[in-house]
Amino acid sequence: MVNMASARAALGAEFIKIRTVRSTAWTLALTFVLSVGLGFLFCLSVRYGFDRMDQRARANFDPVTTGFYSLTLGQISLVVFGVLCVGTEYTSGTIRASLAAVPHRGVFYGAKVLATTLLALAFSLITVLLTFFTAQAELGPHGTTLSEPGVLRAVVFACVYLTLLCAFAIGVATMLRSTALSLGIMIPLLFLDSQGLGNIPKVRTVAQFLPDQVGQVMMQVVKPEKSFISHRPFGPWTALGILVIWATAACAGGYLLLRRRDA
Amino acid sequence: MQNLTKRYGDTVAVDRLSFTVRPGQVTGFLGPNGAGKSTTMRMMLGLDRPAAGRVLINGRPYDRLTEPLRWVGALLEATAVHRGRRAQDHLRWLARSNRIPKTRVREVLAMVGLESVARKRTKGFSLGMSQRLGIAAALLGDPPVLLFDEPLNGLDPEGIVWIRNLMKRLAAEGRTVFVSSHLMNEMALTADHLVVIGRGRLLADTTVAQFVAAHTRSFVRIRTPEPERMRDVLIAAGVTVAQAADGALEADGTDAATIGEIAAARRLIVHEVSTQTASLEEAFMRLTGDVVDYRAGYGAGGPQW
Repeated sequence: MVNMASARAALGAEFIKIRTVRSTAWTLALTFVLSVGLGFLFCLSVRYGFDRMDQRARANFDPVTTGFYSLTLGQISLVVFGVLCVGTEYTSGTIRASLAAVPHRGVFYGAKVLATTLLALAFSLITVLLTFFTAQAELGPHGTTLSEPGVLRAVVFACVYLTLLCAFAIGVATMLRSTALSLGIMIPLLFLDSQGLGNIPKVRTVAQFLPDQVGQVMMQVVKPEKSFISHRPFGPWTALGILVIWATAACAGGYLLLRRRDA
Repeated sequence: MQNLTKRYGDTVAVDRLSFTVRPGQVTGFLGPNGAGKSTTMRMMLGLDRPAAGRVLINGRPYDRLTEPLRWVGALLEATAVHRGRRAQDHLRWLARSNRIPKTRVREVLAMVGLESVARKRTKGFSLGMSQRLGIAAALLGDPPVLLFDEPLNGLDPEGIVWIRNLMKRLAAEGRTVFVSSHLMNEMALTADHLVVIGRGRLLADTTVAQFVAAHTRSFVRIRTPEPERMRDVLIAAGVTVAQAADGALEADGTDAATIGEIAAARRLIVHEVSTQTASLEEAFMRLTGDVVDYRAGYGAGGPQW
C-alpha cells in the first residue's frame, strides 16, 4: 500500500524542512561545542586532580565515561533538536500542510523520525569521535585508546545512545504536541537524574532505568565494584536493550496518537 | 460529500452535510462564524476524521490520493507556516513531498507576485503576503480542485480584487474552486454557486442567481390604522399582500406611488408607504439567523425585522 516513491519523497521533504530552519544549526552546533569543549576542560581538570583521588575512586576510574562526561550536557541540545523537529510543526501549524501533503500518517511520521534520527546519528558520530579523541589526549597517561578492550564498543554505544535519545525526544514531542511541554518534562528528567536522583539509593532503584542513566552504563568499560556509586545491576548490552525499549515505546506512542488525533 | 458529521464531545459541529462541488465554477461556502466551515474543509483534506459520512474527491477519499497536492490545493490558515523558514523553502519541501519539479516553485511565486521576497524568512510577512504564499502553495501541484478557507480575511481592497479575479480565472480554466466565507456580498460577486450552512447543517445549495432572485425581494411597506380594509382593497386591485410581524402590510409587485393612489381613491388613512429592499446580506442573515451560535445581545444595533 505504501508506495516506495512517495515514502522517499516524504523523507526528502523532511530533510528539506530540517535543513531550512536556523534552529537546526544552532542546536547541533551547541551540542558539538558543549560535548567537545567541556570534555576537554573536564579531562584537563581530572588529569591534574588524579593524584589527589582516593584509592577507591582510582580503582573504579573509567577513562571512557570520564571522557564522555560532557555528553550529559551536550545531549540536552540534541534533545532540543529532536523536540523542535516535531514541536514546531505544531506550534507553527505547519502540521496541517504536512499532513495534507502526506496524508498517510505512517509515511509522514516514519519519514520524520527517520530523517531526524539519521541526521542525529551522523552528527553524533562526528561529535562522539572528536570528544573521545580530545578527552583521551587530555587525560594523557590516564587515558585510553580505541584498541583497548571494550572501548570501541563504548564509543559506538555513545553514538547509538545519542541517536536513540533523539528518537525518544521525537516520540515524546509527538505525543505532547508542544515544544515547551516536551522540554519542560525531558530536561529536568535528563539533567536532575544523572546529577542527583541516580545517586539517592532509594530513588536509584527506579531512576537507574531512565534513558540517561542507562546511557551511562552503555559507555562504561570498567565495571564499578558493587558498592560504588556508579554501580548498576546490569551491563552495557542490557542498557542498550532498555534504551531501545524507551525509544521504541515513545515513537510508537507518538504514532498511535498521531493516527488517532485530528490534526 | 455524503452525510458528513463531526462531533466534539456532545457538540455536533457538522451535521449530516451532503453536497457536491462541481468543476468549472466558483462555489461559495457560506455560513456565520462557528457554522462548521473550517471543520468541513479540514475533513475534506483528511485532517479531521468525521464521526460519520465521507468526502470523495474524483471518487476517492483524500488519503487515498497519491501525491494529493496534484489533485487538491488548499489554503487553510495562511499564517500556519514555520516563521523561520524562507518562503521558497516552504514551497520546496511541499514540492519535494509530492514529487513536483523544483522549477514549479519559481513559477508559483511569480504567479502570486512574491518573487522578490522568495528568499525572505516568512517571519516578516504581512497577512496579505502570507495569504499569497498560502495560495502559491495551493497552486504548486497545478491541481484541478482548489479549496480556500476564508481567503479574503484581513486583505486590503487590492488583495481582495486580486483573489476574486484569481478564483474566477481558476474556475474558467475548468477547475473546481471551493471557497468559504462569512461575507455574503463578497460571495455574490465571486461565486457562481452557493452552499450555505448554519450550525453544521445545510441551509441552501443553489446558484447565486437563484439565491439572489429568491432572497432579494423588493416590496412596499404600508402602515395603516385599518389594515383589514386596506388589505381587501389591495387584493381587489390585484396586489399581493402579506402581513408583517409588526402588523404592517407588505405589498409585492407594485410601487409606492400606486399604493398611495389606491389609498387616496378609497380615502384610507396611511401612516407609512415606503419601498423596502432586503439586501443580500440581510437575506443571508435571515436565512442563518435562526442558527447563529453567538448572536449579538439585545440592543447591539444592526438591522431588526
